[in-house]
Amino acid sequence: MALYQTDAPIYEALRKLRRMRVVPFDVPGHKRGRGNMELTEFLGEDCMNVDVNSMKPLDNLCHPVSVIRDAETLAAQAFHAASAFFMVGGTTSAVQSMIMYACKSGDKIIMPRNVHRSAINALILTGAVPVYVNPDVNAQLGIALGMSLAQVEQAILENPDAKAIMVNNPTYYGICSDLRRITKLAHEHNMLVLVDEAHGTHFYFGENFPVSAMDAGADITSVSMHKSGGSLTQSSFLIMGKSVNSDYMRQIINLTQTTSASYLLLSSLDISRKRLALMGRDIFAETIEMAEYARSEINSIGGYYAYSKELINGDSIFDFDVSKLSVYTLPVGLAGIEVYDYLRDEYDIQIEFGDIGNILAYISVGDRKRDIERLISALSEIKRRFGRSGADMLTQEYISPIVAETPRTAFYADKVSLPLNEASGHVCTEFVMCYPPGIPILAPGELVTKEIIEYINYAREKGCQLTGTEDINIERLNVLKQHNKE
Amino acid sequence: MELWFTERHTPNVKFSIKVDRQLYSGNSEFQRIDVFDSKEFGRFLTLDGYMMLTEKDEFIYHEMITHVPMAVHPDPKNILVIGAGDGGVIRELTRYPGVESIDLVEIDELVVEVCRKYLPSTACRLDDKRVNIYYEDGVKFIRRCENKYDIIIVDSTDPFGPGEGLFTKEFYGSCSKALRENGVMVNQHESPFYSEDAAAMQRSHKRIVDSFPISRVYQAHIPTYPSGHWLFGFASKKCHPVHDLNSAKWNMLGLKTGYYNTKLHAGAFSLPNYVEEMLRDVE
Repeated sequence: MALYQTDAPIYEALRKLRRMRVVPFDVPGHKRGRGNMELTEFLGEDCMNVDVNSMKPLDNLCHPVSVIRDAETLAAQAFHAASAFFMVGGTTSAVQSMIMYACKSGDKIIMPRNVHRSAINALILTGAVPVYVNPDVNAQLGIALGMSLAQVEQAILENPDAKAIMVNNPTYYGICSDLRRITKLAHEHNMLVLVDEAHGTHFYFGENFPVSAMDAGADITSVSMHKSGGSLTQSSFLIMGKSVNSDYMRQIINLTQTTSASYLLLSSLDISRKRLALMGRDIFAETIEMAEYARSEINSIGGYYAYSKELINGDSIFDFDVSKLSVYTLPVGLAGIEVYDYLRDEYDIQIEFGDIGNILAYISVGDRKRDIERLISALSEIKRRFGRSGADMLTQEYISPIVAETPRTAFYADKVSLPLNEASGHVCTEFVMCYPPGIPILAPGELVTKEIIEYINYAREKGCQLTGTEDINIERLNVLKQHNKE
Repeated sequence: MELWFTERHTPNVKFSIKVDRQLYSGNSEFQRIDVFDSKEFGRFLTLDGYMMLTEKDEFIYHEMITHVPMAVHPDPKNILVIGAGDGGVIRELTRYPGVESIDLVEIDELVVEVCRKYLPSTACRLDDKRVNIYYEDGVKFIRRCENKYDIIIVDSTDPFGPGEGLFTKEFYGSCSKALRENGVMVNQHESPFYSEDAAAMQRSHKRIVDSFPISRVYQAHIPTYPSGHWLFGFASKKCHPVHDLNSAKWNMLGLKTGYYNTKLHAGAFSLPNYVEEMLRDVE
C-alpha cells in the first residue's frame, strides 16, 4: 500500500483501537485510566485511553513490521533520508545509538568538545576515544562556535584511523558549521559523519534555513522532534542515509531501549511529522518572522545584543539559524542567568536558558505576538530596574579542556573525593555542567585547573543550576587516585 | 420570538439581556465584535462575548476612570489612553480645556471603526484635534515612552485575550517610566466579588504595588459587569488620590456629570472590609 505524508499510521491505528473498545487484560495496569482516577482526571481520559502496550494492531518498536515501520518510512521520506527510527529515550538515546553504531571500544571519534553530555556518556559506555576539536570561541559573546574546517582537517590527518566525526549542528545558540565540506572531507578519509541536530528539526521543513545534515550528505543525525518539531517531550528521531546498515542500527538501539515504548510519544512523533511535512513551510516562516521582530526590538532597547547572521565568518560560523533568539546580556551589567531568573521571578516569563553571558528564548509557532511583546518589555524593564555598569563581568564562557584520560578510563578508575576548591591539578572523573545547556564544563578524564574552579564558583554564585557530580551539592569533586599533583 | 444575549459571569452564574436586534457581528485579527440593541440597556458592545459597554451604564465607568485622576493631578496636559477603542474615555477627556494632547492606543482598529458607526454616543469625540490614534499593542507602544505623560488611563478588557499584556508587571513598569514625576496611572482593576475575578484583581494589584510608590483602589457600581461591584486602580509616584484632590478647582470647571462628584471621589476610596483584606494580602 502506498504511503503519503498525509498518513499517520500509528495515530490512525490508535484511533481504530479506541473505537474497538477492546477489553484490556494486559499492561498497563491502570486499564485505560479506570484504575487511577486521580491521574486520569489530571491528564484526561483521552490521554489515558491511548496509553497502551505493544500489541498486534499497534506493532512493536523493538521489531517494527507494520504501522511503526510505515510511520518510520514516512519519517525517513520527510527527512530526506533512507531510514528513520522513532526514539522514546530523548535525543540522548539517539546520540548514544549513533556513536555506539560507529565506534567500538578503543575506536577514535573526532568531536567538538562542546558536545552535549549524552555524547560523552556514549564514550563512557562504548570505550571509544575522543579526539577533541576545540571549537572557535567568539571572544565578545563568550560562546563556543562551530568547528573550523582547518581544525577538522588537522584532526583527520593526525588521526587517520578515526572511525567517525561528530558535528554539533546547529549549536544551542543557532551557530552552524560548514557541514557540506566537513562531510566531504570526512568521507574522503572513510569516516562516518554523525550530526547532533537536536536543535535543527526545522531545517528539514522551513525555507531559508542552514543546510540540514541529510542534505549535506551526513550519514546519521539525531533530531529532537520535541524541540522545534512540536512532539511530546522525550520523543525524538534517529535519521540515517543509505550508507548505514539500518538493521544493525536497530540492534544497537535495542541494547538500551525500553521494551515498553510509550504510544503517547510514538503517536506524537507520527502526528508532528505529518504536520511539519504538510505545513512546515508556513509554520517556520511565522516562527522566523517572530524571532526577527523580537531581535530588532530587543536590539533597539540598547545594551542587549540579539545576534544573527552578521556573525557569519565563512568558517566556524558558517551559517546562523535565525529562528533562535539568543541575546548577549553583559552590556546591561547582568549575567544571562540573572536575566533568566528576573524574567521568571519578576515577570512570570520562563525562557530556555541563561548562561554567563547570554540568554536563549525559544521561539516556536506556539508563540503569540503579544507574548513576544511581553518578553521584549520585560527585558526593557529588567535593564531599567536592575541594569548595572557592564564592568567586572566574567566573559570567558568556554574553557579549552586538557584531556588526561579517556572518559571511560577516568569514570571507572579508582577515585577520591576532594573539596572542589582543592581539586586543581587533579584529573576529574565525573561531569560538571550547567543545565541547560548541558554542555560539560568538566568531563571525566579532564584536568581540573584554577580557571575552571573559578568559573564553576562564578556560575554557582550567579545562580546557574549545576549538575553532574556524585556530590549532589557540587561542593566535592571525584578525581583520579593515582594522579600526581602537577 | 425571544432573543437573549447571555454572558457567563462564572461557570455557575449567567447574566442575560433580552436583545431587540443584532446590528453588527464581525471578526477582527484579534477578537469577535458584536453590537446589539436592547430595550433595557439600549445599544451594547461585546468583545468575544464579554460585555464591554451599554448605553445605559457606560457613563459610570467612563466618568470614574477619567475624572478621578483628572481631579487629582495639578495640571494634566498630556494624556495617554490605552484600550478604549469605544471612545468613552476620550469623550470625557476632551471636555477639559487644559488638556493639550491625548494619545489613544488601541490594538484593534476594527473596534474603533465599529464604534464610530454604531456607538456615536461614546465615539463622538474621536475626531477632536487633540486626539492621536495609534493602532498597536499597548505593551509595545509604552515601551518606548519616557517621562512623557501626566496621566495614563488603562481602559483594558479582561486579563485574558488581547488585553492580557495590560495586566503585567512589565507593562506597569513601562507606565511608570512613561509618566512624569507627578504623573498618575489609572486602570480598570476587575471585580473583587467572584473568586476568579478576585484572584485576577489581586494579581494585578500586587504588580502595581511593586511598580509604584502610591497605589490605591477605588470602586464604582456598574450594573452590567460581573457582580456589578467594580474596582479601579490609582497609582502614582507622588499624588495621593484623596489628599491631593482639588475639589474647588474641579468644581469650577462646571462639568456636568451623571455619576462622579468630588464628594463621591473621596468616598470611592473607602472600600468594604473584605476588599481591603484582599488588597492587604498582596501589599
